[in-house]
Amino acid sequence: MFDTTIAAIATSLGPSGVGKVRISGADSFSIISKIAFNNKREALFVKEMESHTIHHGYIYDDDVVIDEVLILLMKAPRTFTGEDTVEIDCHGGVMVMQKILETVIKNGATLAEPGEFSKRAFLNGKMDLTKAESVIDLINSSNKFAMDNSIKHLTGKLFDKITILRKALLHEIAYIEAALDDPEHYDLTGYEGELRDKLLKIKEDIDVLINTSDNGRILKEGINVAIVGEPNVGKSTLLNAISGYDAAIVTDIAGTTRDVITEHVMFGNISLNIMDTAGIRETTDPIELIGVNRTLKAVKDADLVLFMVDSTTPINDYEDEIYDLVKEKQVIMLLNKVDRSTVVTEDEYVERYNLPIISVSAKEGSGVELLQQKISDMFFNGEVTFNNEVYVTGVRQKQCLIEASNSIANVLHSIENHMPEDFFSIDIMAAYAALGRMIGEEVGDDLVNEIFSKFCMGK
Amino acid sequence: MPHIEESYDVIVVGAGHAGCEASLATARLGLKTILFTISIESIAMMPCNPNIGGTSKGHLVREIDALGGQMGINIDKTFIQSKMLNSSKGPAVHSLRAQADKEAYSLSMRKTLENTENLTVRRGEVTELLIEDGKVHGVKMYSGAVYYAKAVILCTGTYLASRCLYGDVIEHTGPNGLKSANELSDSLRNNGINLNRFKTGTPARIDKRSIDFSKMEEQLGDKEITPFSFTTDRDSLNIDQVSCYLTYTNEKTHEIIRNNLDRSPLFSGTIEGTGPRYCPSIEDKVVKFADKDRHQVFIEPEGLYTNEMYIGGMSSSLPEDVQYEMYRSVPGLENAVIVRNAYAIEYDCISANDLKLSLEFKNIDGLFSAGQFNGSSGYEEAAAQGLIAGINAAHKILGKEPLILDRSEAYIGVLIDDLVTKDNKEPYRMMTSRAEYRLLLRQDNADLRLTEIGHKVGLISDDRYEHLLEKKRMIEEEVKRVKEVYVGAGAFVSEFLTKHDSTPLKTAASIADLIRRPELNYDVLAEIDVNRPILPKEVTEQVEIFIKYEGYIERQQKQVEDFKKIEKRILPTDIDYTTISGLRLEAQQKLNKYKPTSIGQASRLSGVTPADISVLLVASEQVYKMRKEKENDL
Repeated sequence: MFDTTIAAIATSLGPSGVGKVRISGADSFSIISKIAFNNKREALFVKEMESHTIHHGYIYDDDVVIDEVLILLMKAPRTFTGEDTVEIDCHGGVMVMQKILETVIKNGATLAEPGEFSKRAFLNGKMDLTKAESVIDLINSSNKFAMDNSIKHLTGKLFDKITILRKALLHEIAYIEAALDDPEHYDLTGYEGELRDKLLKIKEDIDVLINTSDNGRILKEGINVAIVGEPNVGKSTLLNAISGYDAAIVTDIAGTTRDVITEHVMFGNISLNIMDTAGIRETTDPIELIGVNRTLKAVKDADLVLFMVDSTTPINDYEDEIYDLVKEKQVIMLLNKVDRSTVVTEDEYVERYNLPIISVSAKEGSGVELLQQKISDMFFNGEVTFNNEVYVTGVRQKQCLIEASNSIANVLHSIENHMPEDFFSIDIMAAYAALGRMIGEEVGDDLVNEIFSKFCMGK
Repeated sequence: MPHIEESYDVIVVGAGHAGCEASLATARLGLKTILFTISIESIAMMPCNPNIGGTSKGHLVREIDALGGQMGINIDKTFIQSKMLNSSKGPAVHSLRAQADKEAYSLSMRKTLENTENLTVRRGEVTELLIEDGKVHGVKMYSGAVYYAKAVILCTGTYLASRCLYGDVIEHTGPNGLKSANELSDSLRNNGINLNRFKTGTPARIDKRSIDFSKMEEQLGDKEITPFSFTTDRDSLNIDQVSCYLTYTNEKTHEIIRNNLDRSPLFSGTIEGTGPRYCPSIEDKVVKFADKDRHQVFIEPEGLYTNEMYIGGMSSSLPEDVQYEMYRSVPGLENAVIVRNAYAIEYDCISANDLKLSLEFKNIDGLFSAGQFNGSSGYEEAAAQGLIAGINAAHKILGKEPLILDRSEAYIGVLIDDLVTKDNKEPYRMMTSRAEYRLLLRQDNADLRLTEIGHKVGLISDDRYEHLLEKKRMIEEEVKRVKEVYVGAGAFVSEFLTKHDSTPLKTAASIADLIRRPELNYDVLAEIDVNRPILPKEVTEQVEIFIKYEGYIERQQKQVEDFKKIEKRILPTDIDYTTISGLRLEAQQKLNKYKPTSIGQASRLSGVTPADISVLLVASEQVYKMRKEKENDL
């Protein structure tokens, strides 16, 4: 009955050891066949496999292994939704699950709407009539939650950006349509080149948004880690210890690092973007002040914060202030300089901030391996996490952006092939609609209104 | 006092473009029909622009023709100039437009009506609807006469309680000074029908002898004329075409208008009705698009029988003296003599939201309506609705399912769905941008899309249907052939391609591959496609379009499949949506107001979100299953 194949993360996105991505619909098996391989990199021909069986394999995104997984195959109709269903049991880390979900979507599934699995189960007769109310409630509550979150997520700059892009697109459609509707009035001669330039710019903007959207970036581009702390606690020394060479200038003068230095390092098999930051303290030096502000931004961008304190100095109030700045983030405390005579212990800090803490000597390189293990654990256990729905909304938004970008690519292709202008507006409209879905706006009479408000029509 | 009492199957009220198509359809389908008009002389009158067709409207006319309507045939007989608009654009937006001889058009339609079996044309004003228990039984006339019928189709156009305005003058008439119908509105209201007030307008007509055409650009018709009707013999189109002329307003014109805005009933607030944005008066244009230093003015002949010229682009409701001044500021019109002045007209119409997609009233059994009365504008939009209302009135009486064209089948489907489903605040005009599947809904393939439906309805003859099937067969065969015939990379082909600025082939390619190249087309390839069969143009044209745009067409076909799926999910119209607690309040209200017949239609209501549609899917399934269980229990 439904022609789309849907996918979603079925387990909680909170910290857990295992996670599950569920796919339902006619294309479930062909999608998994495209992305699941055995350890010899041979495709798993799931269509030939028996129903209700479990298979070991690896999920690939093109040539990159995402995770080692177990795949549950269930053929219709003996499934929850009554459709062909595939469940991918993977590691519970949010980044792993989201990457798998994105790969599934890239290969032909659409992201499930809130409550959609249950809706399908009901409509396919897999649920008792009495369950209708509860399915409706589920659709409603999860949808409301998603809407609330998407609005929360979208206020401000991104919303404005999308609105500006949509406006630009709508104007071009309206111009073309006005000319098609009133050809004796508006002439499209020479418009192709102008449109191409405008669309290239818009597509570039959309592509930047796609690339900067969180999902998948972490695997591809690494986890953003910010090292923060008071001046001269040894942050730059740690960066150098991790990266293996002197990337940051290290001196004994407090406040030497005034800019954020980012180092891209492979830490075991995880890629990290480590941001060494200016020490946070009260300062009146204008240059240092800029550095401090950049530190604040680095904290904002970070997926993980390494909060470094000096074991040779007593606990002080500045540390409380730093704690306030980073407490919303995933944080590991580093108690540095343990090679010297220390005046505070791990326990004192645990009591004070209740954060995981590792003793290190950045200078000697001790404790760095422990830190690597800790980050790796957090990654695979999903402790480096986001709010569930904001994340799902993120995937949805990214899909919309990709659709919009593809539609504009279609227009550019049509321009290249000298197609008539009426073909352009169809694809520009598709891009406009996709961006609209992203911010929860319908197309409605937008076009007709734009035509009449911007172009003088009619005899 | 004794009155006439007569019985018919169908009563059609109004003999404009909607009423003509409606009455012809019911009569041709074998139903005894009477068509009432306030004036026999005004049958199929064109009170505004002297042309049929135009962008997207041309599509409607061809669809009307493919379904067995009259408009296309009638304009082919009476046109005086013809033009395919947008011919340099894609085939989906090619639009045919013909200048009509208004008098000839009207007379020709009148002749058709008068010679149609089962059809009676009768002068008279309908003043009252006879409705009992939610069912229409007939009408009562101004004279007191009573006519009974199984179905009534209202096509009152702009005549209901109409008044014409210019300056501070108000004439209580219909267009062209014809009598307005002032009593029917009350009867409609008494039967619970809500009326809106819409407004439209028309420019002045100027005596041809007073125009200096040397100051204008001449606009000729096409050399090769395409007919509207698929039945018209192309040889009959070889007429001496007349010209139209283009001139422009200027700053002086605009200044005259600006200086006299306070004397326009539009700006003084006398006009209550809502006017169309696509057809603004010249004063509207000057105010809203103040940055434009000129506007186009098209001078179009009203017919061969008259010296009157239509001043397209300058409709107005300014006072007569200002009209003189303003028209005379336009190059070529310096000495203009006005025959009829411009005016705005206000009239009563309904909200088509009260109609089913069959154009029958939701709450009044057997009562149908079509045309401007439904809040549309334009001759073609009216005719299209008239045809559908006629067919469906007939189907109702004959106990057949209504004919409902959906948005993927025809512009007519888009038109009616928009009217019935959307909240229209102004007279609705068709536009190609309103059709989401327009690559499929082309004017060139209207016959391929709709002839079969027209045949099934009974308005298309067996002969014509056979011809269509043969055309289809030829197209399919030729499409297959051009895909299978390959040409090599030899000198002959290379030379041909070079000659046409096309890259020579490295390996063999099919004729279809070459048709797809922007610089080539089906016809020029004849030179290297040596064993090509001789086929009619109407066939090769389809082959070329299908091959050239195949990728795009397939994409839209795929979208249509998805669209059809939700369109097919029927919603019972007796659901009280307030009992479905999962729906948001706004959605409940909208759904209760419109009572959509399918999930697809519900999804197009503004204010109904995708989440509401999910809820609706579950809830409607629940309703169906519960009803089924109940049935099984009985």
